[in-house]
This record gives sequence, C-alpha cells and structure tokens, in this order.
Amino acid sequence: MEGQNVEELLAKAERDEAEKLQRITVHKELELEFDLGNLLASDRNPPTGLRRAGPSPEAELQALARDNTQLLINQLWQLPTERVEEALVARLPEPTTRLPREKPVPRPRPLTRWQQFARLKGIRPKKKTNLVWDEVSGQWRRRWGYQRARDDTKEWLIEVPGGADPLEDQFAKRIQAKKERVAKNELNRLRNLARAHKMQLPSTAGMHPTGHQSKEELGRAMQVAKVSTASVGRFQERLPKEKAPRGSGKKRKFQPLFGDFAAEKKSQLELLRVMNSKKPQLDVTRATNKQMREEDQEEAAKRRKMSQKGKRKGGRQGAGGQRKGGPPSQGGKRKGGLGGKVNSGPPRLGGKRKGGQHQGGKRRK
Amino acid sequence: KSDWSLFMFGSHNKKQPNNLVIGHMYDYHVLDMIELGTEKFVSLKDIKNSKCFEGTKPMLIFAGDDFDVTEDYRRLKNLLIDLFRGPTVSNIRLAGLEYVLHFTALNGKIYFRGYKVLLKKSGCKTPRIELEEMGPSLDLVLRRTYLASDDLYKLSIKMPKSLKPKKKTNVSHDTFGTTYGRIHMQKQDLSKYKLGK
Repeated sequence: MEGQNVEELLAKAERDEAEKLQRITVHKELELEFDLGNLLASDRNPPTGLRRAGPSPEAELQALARDNTQLLINQLWQLPTERVEEALVARLPEPTTRLPREKPVPRPRPLTRWQQFARLKGIRPKKKTNLVWDEVSGQWRRRWGYQRARDDTKEWLIEVPGGADPLEDQFAKRIQAKKERVAKNELNRLRNLARAHKMQLPSTAGMHPTGHQSKEELGRAMQVAKVSTASVGRFQERLPKEKAPRGSGKKRKFQPLFGDFAAEKKSQLELLRVMNSKKPQLDVTRATNKQMREEDQEEAAKRRKMSQKGKRKGGRQGAGGQRKGGPPSQGGKRKGGLGGKVNSGPPRLGGKRKGGQHQGGKRRK
Repeated sequence: KSDWSLFMFGSHNKKQPNNLVIGHMYDYHVLDMIELGTEKFVSLKDIKNSKCFEGTKPMLIFAGDDFDVTEDYRRLKNLLIDLFRGPTVSNIRLAGLEYVLHFTALNGKIYFRGYKVLLKKSGCKTPRIELEEMGPSLDLVLRRTYLASDDLYKLSIKMPKSLKPKKKTNVSHDTFGTTYGRIHMQKQDLSKYKLGK
C-alpha cells in the first residue's frame, strides 16, 4: 500500500515538473543562435506559419516573437549571477558578432631609442622590489614617490663639494639639476612620440582602401606600378615635372673586364704594396668596435630567441635586431687584427676595399 | 564634426516614397548604406500603453532564414545590430530586460516590431514570457544598397591581436565542441610496480 503511495507521489511530482517546464519550453526545429553579449538571438527556421497568415500577420508575429524571446530569456537566466545592491545581475559574456570598427586598428608603434638600444645590447628590464629599506627612518619605504626611501629634497644639510664656489646655493643647484633632467626627459619623450607618429602612416607600398596616404607612399606605389610591366618599366614615360625616384639604379658597380689598362696596373700595384707592407691597413679600433657590436647583437638575439621559446611569446620578431644585423655584417666580415686584405683577387677588390672602409666609417654612427 | 559612425536619414520623394537610409562608417568613409522603404508605420505614440524607460538595452531577435542567404541581408543584419544594440555592458540586471526588437524577414519584407516583455511566474526559476506590443512597428522593404567592397569590410572587422582569445598550450578544441587536453607524464618504470597478483 505505502509502496504504491510513494510511487504515485513520485509520478505526480514528475508530472508537475513537466507541466511547469512546459510553460517555459519552446519547440523549434532548428536551434537558435545566441550572442548573449549583445542580447541577440537568430532564428534560422523558415517562417512557414507566417507565410500562411496573409497580409497582416500581427498575431502570428507576436506569437513567434514570444517564442523566440522565451528561448533567449531561458539562455540569459542560465548565466552566472551575482547580487549587486539588492538586484540580481547576470554577468554577460563577450559579444561574439563581429561588427565593423569605427576606426582602423592602431598599428604597432616603432621602438623608442632606448628600446632599440636595449634590444641591440640584450638588456632586459631588471625586476625591482617595491619597497626599499630606509636607514634614516628605520622602516620600509617605497622606491620613489610619496615618502620615498632616500628623498633628496628633504635633506637639510648639503656639503659644499671641494671644487665648488663657497657662495653658491647648493639647494638651488639641486633643484635646477632636477628641472633640467625633467625637461630632457620630456624632450626625449616628445621626440619618440614624433618619430612614432611619422611612422604611424601605413608603410606598405600599395594603395590604402580609404585613401589616407602620404605623398611618399603614393610615390612608392606608383614606382612599383611603373616597374610591373612586361618590359620592367623601360618604356614608361615620365610626366614632365616628375623626378627620378631615389634609390633606383644598380646596387653594385663593377669595373669592365678590360678597358683602362693604366688604372688596372695602378690598382694591382697598390694591392701588392698593401700586402707587402708591415703596417696594418685597418683601423684596428674601428674594426674591433664593429666586431664587439656584432657579437653583442648575436648574443642578444640568441638570448631573446631562447626566452621567446621558453615563454612562448609568438609574433614579436626581432625586427629591430635583425634590421641592425643586416648592414654591419657586410663590413664586419673583416676580422680585426690582420694586416690588409687576406683574400687577393681581381682588380675590382682594390676599389671595393676603399669603398668598404668608407662605408664602415659612415656606418659607425 | 561630431564623428559619429552610424547615421539614419529619412526622406520622401516621388521616386522613393517614405524612404529610410541607414548606414555606418569606417575611418571617416561610408562603409555600408542601405535604403529601406517604409510601407506601414505605427509610432510609439499611436500604441497606447505604458512604455519602458528610454535607454534600456533592447534584446534583438532576427527570425527568418533570409537573413543569412544573401550578402545584402547579412550586411543589413549586421547594420541593424550595430544600430540598435546600445552600449556594451558586462553585467545586466535580469529584471531590467524589458524591451525586445524582433525583425522577421518574410516574402521580401522585413517586419520590425518592438515589444515590452512581461515576466510572469512559471513553476521554476526562469520566468514565462508574455509580450505586449509597445514600440514602433514598421514594415520595411529593401530598396537600393551601397555595400562596401569585400576587402574594406574585412579590414573594418579585423580585430587586433590583443582582443583575440588567447590560445592555451596543451588545450585544443574540436569542431563538435569537445575540448581536448594533453597531459605529459614522466617516464614510469613498469618493472617497479606490482601488476597483477
């Protein structure tokens, strides 16, 4: 008897549950797609019920809207909720619909002068502690800012240094020095910013869809277009006032195989003289500096690659480092210390040596 | 001057009676512009009932498979979402979800209806919904469109890398929604363990 009662009760409870759920369930052939971040629901089911309705389907539209809204509300009620000031608040996820932006994506800024240098040398930021022990006050104070550990401005006694004028105001001097440092920092910051803004313009040699391009880029795009004909731009006329582009022309100049015999003889003799002389033709200091710099760069690049592999920071290519590693490597192939050119060769090498030295001098900043 | 990126323009001429042009902009240029003809219009004032507050974030529902078939309709859906979605919020008060805008694409017409949501008691936590027609109701017909070229559109919806979801190492997702994880075990010397009796 009692067993039957328990069973009946359970069955009744189940039926009640089903009834309750029926009030909020909606049957759809195809599930809706939800974008809860935008409170959006998309119903892909073809509106067959509405098609039969006729010219004014108000009631059917309302029924459809009610069903869809019920489904959306069901989804929203399943989100994690919290209580904020006596109201039940649901936390919305990120919107998933990709809507067009109002402005283009900001491009990555070029590195500042310090960042370039740090990259070159392989300097990485040292992790510093927030608090420093201050002997004077006998407590832990912050490194900089309000109530800092070693505050210069709070000193009431400054010793006059040995070589300074005894009548000079040391306090004023300190304040002045601080002002100068601040001004210099500000100047450098503005210079970095100006450089960044100059580089912010798109640097691809092509047309931008919205047409916001500078004269140089348009010029470059035009050059590329001019050269992309079947005869590589040989028969393209230039406009009357158009100037030839910078940086075009042969990159390496070779002397003709035979021509000027006198010049050839002179360069060969010069080569022999250099090889026989005991004095090194290299400026040793310059060469060693270049070599050191190259070694620093390689080490920095290797260290960065190791840390990148370890931390999995993808995408941050050593653009600065690699760019720097390009040109100096040409000149740096001369290993310092030895006298003159080790590899002799055709007469053109005489001209190249002279040119190489010149290039080295120029490139050494 | 004010640098708004969404606009709506209404006009009436002999050739385009009861015209409504909606559009959005990217980088000071017009991205998409769609012209809609209004065939039936019932304003907020004409429907006499209580309204919800101005500025409530509406729920948007798009019904009908037409919205995904043609490029025109897809851009229109995108534009309507952009126009009507309101500010993006991270939390929302559940009792404050009062306004729903329902767009139905049927027989070449788009029915725009605005309803006020009444949350009724149901047996369980999720309330039962009853709708009351409140807002403006329009019957729209798609007229001319000016859509941006594909590459400009792709440029405009491009997301910067920082906003893309971060990929976790050793976790991958299936197309069916399954998440796979990978565990790396150290080498186990099976001879040390007592296997079996």
